Amino acid sequence: MLLSVENVTKAFGRNIAVDNVSFALDRPMFLGIIGRSGAGKSTFLRMVNRLTDATAGRILFEGRDILALRGAAMRTWQAHCAMIFQQFNLVPRLDVVSNVLHGTLNRRSTLATALNLWPRDDILKAIDILDRLGIAEQAPKRAEALSGGQQQRVAIARALMQDPKIILADEPIASLDPMNAQIVMDTLRRIHEEDGRTVIANLHTLDTARRYCDRVIGMRAGRIVFDGLPEQLTTGAARDIYGADDSFSESATSTAIEALPRDDQYAKAMLA
Amino acid sequence: MADIAASPGPAALDRVRRDYLAHARQRRLYSGLLLALFVALMIVGFQIAEGRNAGGFRSGLPQILDFPANVVSEAWRDRAQLPGHMLRVLPALVETVNIAAVSTLIGALAGLILSLFATRGLAPAPWLIPVVRRLSDFLRAVPEIVVALVLIYILGGGPVPAMIAIALHTAGAMTKLFSEVAENADLKPVEGLQSVGARWSQRMMLGVLPQVAPNYLSYAVLRFEINVRASAILGFVGAGGIGYELRNAMTFGIGRFDEAAAIFVLLFLTIVVFDQGSSWLRNRLVAGGHP
Repeated sequence: MLLSVENVTKAFGRNIAVDNVSFALDRPMFLGIIGRSGAGKSTFLRMVNRLTDATAGRILFEGRDILALRGAAMRTWQAHCAMIFQQFNLVPRLDVVSNVLHGTLNRRSTLATALNLWPRDDILKAIDILDRLGIAEQAPKRAEALSGGQQQRVAIARALMQDPKIILADEPIASLDPMNAQIVMDTLRRIHEEDGRTVIANLHTLDTARRYCDRVIGMRAGRIVFDGLPEQLTTGAARDIYGADDSFSESATSTAIEALPRDDQYAKAMLA
Repeated sequence: MADIAASPGPAALDRVRRDYLAHARQRRLYSGLLLALFVALMIVGFQIAEGRNAGGFRSGLPQILDFPANVVSEAWRDRAQLPGHMLRVLPALVETVNIAAVSTLIGALAGLILSLFATRGLAPAPWLIPVVRRLSDFLRAVPEIVVALVLIYILGGGPVPAMIAIALHTAGAMTKLFSEVAENADLKPVEGLQSVGARWSQRMMLGVLPQVAPNYLSYAVLRFEINVRASAILGFVGAGGIGYELRNAMTFGIGRFDEAAAIFVLLFLTIVVFDQGSSWLRNRLVAGGHP
């Protein structure tokens, strides 16, 4: 078994964010986790990356419980398990290549980092990764000078620099326009297909999940309420996941522009 | 699926590689030179200071703990008298804290108003900014002890000259710190208030102050701590308070160090009390009264 999640729970005080979650991946795949805000998707990914501690449960990766790791072993696991954030989480004032080189920090000493000494091979590798993602031209620019879509691709390049066994993406396209969202999702899918890396992406739109994922898990109020193939994700299943009534329209969870109906009645009611 | 992006081509990629490596080499050279310069300056500076020192740093080094050792050993010998000493100098401590409190209050209020005049985007007239900033520079440049000595010469000894001297310095320092905080304030609320026809003072009161208040408060409280120390030091030159007692205890030397120790302990406790109190106050203000 590649990844096996066993009864993982996270409580913040009396509030239970992730409630007894269990599932397993037997081979590398593109897994999507969907659900509305506050369903526990982010908390779950943060526990896998060890940014947040779990309250109970085990997560076995290649047979090893990564929730039990401490200190240097935990940081080594973090290096093998890359995270991509909704807000990119780059260092805005540093240049693009430096941000990508941060992917190697786990094997760099404090002194070498302070003196800004990066091996020539790593620098060339970082530029090659940027080229693979189509943004090599931006290499010397400051990260903050880039558009959102470009910044997210720098974040993906940083993740690839880690040479990770698994890539976690927490709402990677929620801050992007539809065009850039498609580029970023295509990039993640390509990384999965070309490198055979496992990608787990939190998504909040059904159409993205259907289009890119090999398997979809639906979460609601911290629990898994759906686990299956994207084809099995019917409107009824989506209603369960999003906790909506019969008026639920799938287009309300879509990022595509044409999917959103113009609601003239709503506008008229507001202006009356 | 969309085309990811046009690849720049092998020639362009080579140029990106070359340029970045050259850039990295240059940066490394600069930081190396800067580090070498820093180390050289430290060594030279230390040698000059050592040459001018009357006693010599290395020969004096073993004696560096003699004075604290004297104070501690005497204080330990006469530890029974410490509470008595503390009680006796308590009125002087209250005077010192009073000087610090009044001067912090007056200085911070002046700094609050001056800082708004010294901030780009907030000042009612742009020409005020350099004028107020130079005024603040001047207030910070003159040492408190000089102002206090001049005022003591004119007004006679006592707490008022010390208070004025510290308040002037506080006003200068607060103007600078407050204005740096105000510079980062969001101007959108100010614009919103301007759009309804509010006057300048109203825009500052309702648009800027709520944003900056927590930072202003924590700077003011930090300044209060500094001012407690400053007002203790001014006691050395005749401004009264605990500094006067400390000078007497220290200049009479061996035999009265227990009194000096009592004063040090009292000053330390005062700083601890105000530090704890201020962080509690700040948390309350930031959390809006909700724990």
